[in-house]
Amino acid sequence: MTTDSPVIEATGLGLSYGTTRALDGVDLTVPAGTVLGVLGPNGAGKTTAVRVLSTLLRPDTGTARVAGHDIRTDPQAVRRAIGLTGQYASVDEDLTGTQNLTMIGRLLGLPRAAARARAADLLAGFSLTDAADRSAGTYSGGMRRRLDLAASLVGRPQVLFLDEPTTGLDPRSRTEVWDVVRRLVDEGTSVLLTTQYLEEADELADDIVVFDAGRVVAHGTSDELKHRAGAQTLAVRPRERSDLPVVLQVLEQVTGAAPAVDGQGTASVPVRGEAVLGTVLDLLTTRGVGLSELGVRLPSLDEVFFALTGSPTAVPEKEAVA
Amino acid sequence: MTTAVLTPPPAVPTTPTLPAVQQALTLAWRNVVKIRKQPEALMDVSLQPIIFTVLFVFVFGGAIAGDWRDYLTYLVPGILVQTLMFATQGIGVALNNDIAKGVFDRFRSLPIARSAPLVGAVLSDVVRYVTSMTVLLAFAVALGFRTTQGLPAAALAVLVALAFAMCLSWVFVWIGLTVRSAGAVQGVGFLATFPLTFGSTALVQADTLPGWLQAFTRNNPVTHLIDTVRGLLLGGPVAEPLAWTAGWAALLLAVFVPLAMRAYRRRV
Repeated sequence: MTTDSPVIEATGLGLSYGTTRALDGVDLTVPAGTVLGVLGPNGAGKTTAVRVLSTLLRPDTGTARVAGHDIRTDPQAVRRAIGLTGQYASVDEDLTGTQNLTMIGRLLGLPRAAARARAADLLAGFSLTDAADRSAGTYSGGMRRRLDLAASLVGRPQVLFLDEPTTGLDPRSRTEVWDVVRRLVDEGTSVLLTTQYLEEADELADDIVVFDAGRVVAHGTSDELKHRAGAQTLAVRPRERSDLPVVLQVLEQVTGAAPAVDGQGTASVPVRGEAVLGTVLDLLTTRGVGLSELGVRLPSLDEVFFALTGSPTAVPEKEAVA
Repeated sequence: MTTAVLTPPPAVPTTPTLPAVQQALTLAWRNVVKIRKQPEALMDVSLQPIIFTVLFVFVFGGAIAGDWRDYLTYLVPGILVQTLMFATQGIGVALNNDIAKGVFDRFRSLPIARSAPLVGAVLSDVVRYVTSMTVLLAFAVALGFRTTQGLPAAALAVLVALAFAMCLSWVFVWIGLTVRSAGAVQGVGFLATFPLTFGSTALVQADTLPGWLQAFTRNNPVTHLIDTVRGLLLGGPVAEPLAWTAGWAALLLAVFVPLAMRAYRRRV
């Protein structure tokens, strides 16, 4: 496959459960070697889209090609090219890490010894060697997710589907999963990733589509979407409340906007980008102001959604933002 | 961490011969590993034969046959088949749980034969059936039961019962894939199994029954299987009940394998 032909190309995917339109005419394109982040709240249709593209569900309408194969007419060829890690880790809790991965290798046709070797390699690659012979049921959430990810890589897939791969993980485990995804992409794997976290899409995705009520309501790079979502917020809280006037003065001086103050004595002001952070810190340090909080807050998913669905290109009516 | 671990090429080599068989065996192996890890999963099939034997032999034996020893001889083939019938329900519960846990999503996303997870489940259930029959026969022999037809015939009896159970289990594969919860599988299973096992020649001879019930009992597939096993263990006609049993088994496969496969494809 040449690098410029997309590995996933979906047109007009539609699927209903009873009267609910889970997918309502979804178009998606994932160029080879890139990561597409599918962002959206619960019930937006993200998981349904993954299940359709990974051949677990048949769409009512529309077509899609994954790795050059039609999901309707040649699902088995699609399955040979993909790996899937579901929303909740679908590893077998009664089997050990080694047994879980060896089983997949055997199912994919690897001879016994090769399946074991592949399992050992993957366990080592995911820092699970020490837990290789323990039941997956005894693993922590992060370990289980890594094992699940390893299981989807046994067949060296060309396209990887990750359905909310870090939901419910602690920040450290989340970073570990991100590192793995980055490495895979570096090595040429294409990824479709669903997430509820803007930060995750921001970290990993080349392109982002935003889903709402079974439709794509926005599409662009992370920067483009953030621009549309509005400014970030710089928040500063001095250790001594008596320093607050100095803080306000500095913030106004740097950003040119009047800061707001909340009940805890935190001053906040809208900014674009994080460049001002250093300037503000320098000025406050020079004036001897001790800080208990200083940071740039990204727009929350709710804010992104509000901004996107309020924009002229989006669906006018929407329910259930949270 | 090495980069080679995650590098996409080279492609996985494909197995040369009968991949579907290999896949089913791999998934059967998975189930056997699970049983080894949780031996209590075999508790039902180990205790049920003993409890049923004790209950029926000592509670009803004197009343039905005058002497519990005579009744034991009559009863063993019946209990063997009856407990096997109950054992076949387990597969429906197990499949239902697997689907609820999401493990089947992984299987369905792999390039493997659609039938492999189901055939694998049926194959691994052989462990349960063999356990059930071994416990029953060992307990019966300890109580004084003896076969009159020799060991080869007894082995054949066990094999016929095993084969029938594997065909019957497709009914519960289908139910397990169709019904929403594991509890419901059991409910439907007992509804189907009770009339078939008790309305058979397992516990009493058919000619002691009222006419309308005799009509049901004489045409009940469970009766044919019990009569076959009884013939092979204690003497009596074998060919005719065996032919009926084979016919029923074939019919079960012809109807329920396609139904189960269709339910599996549709199950989200």
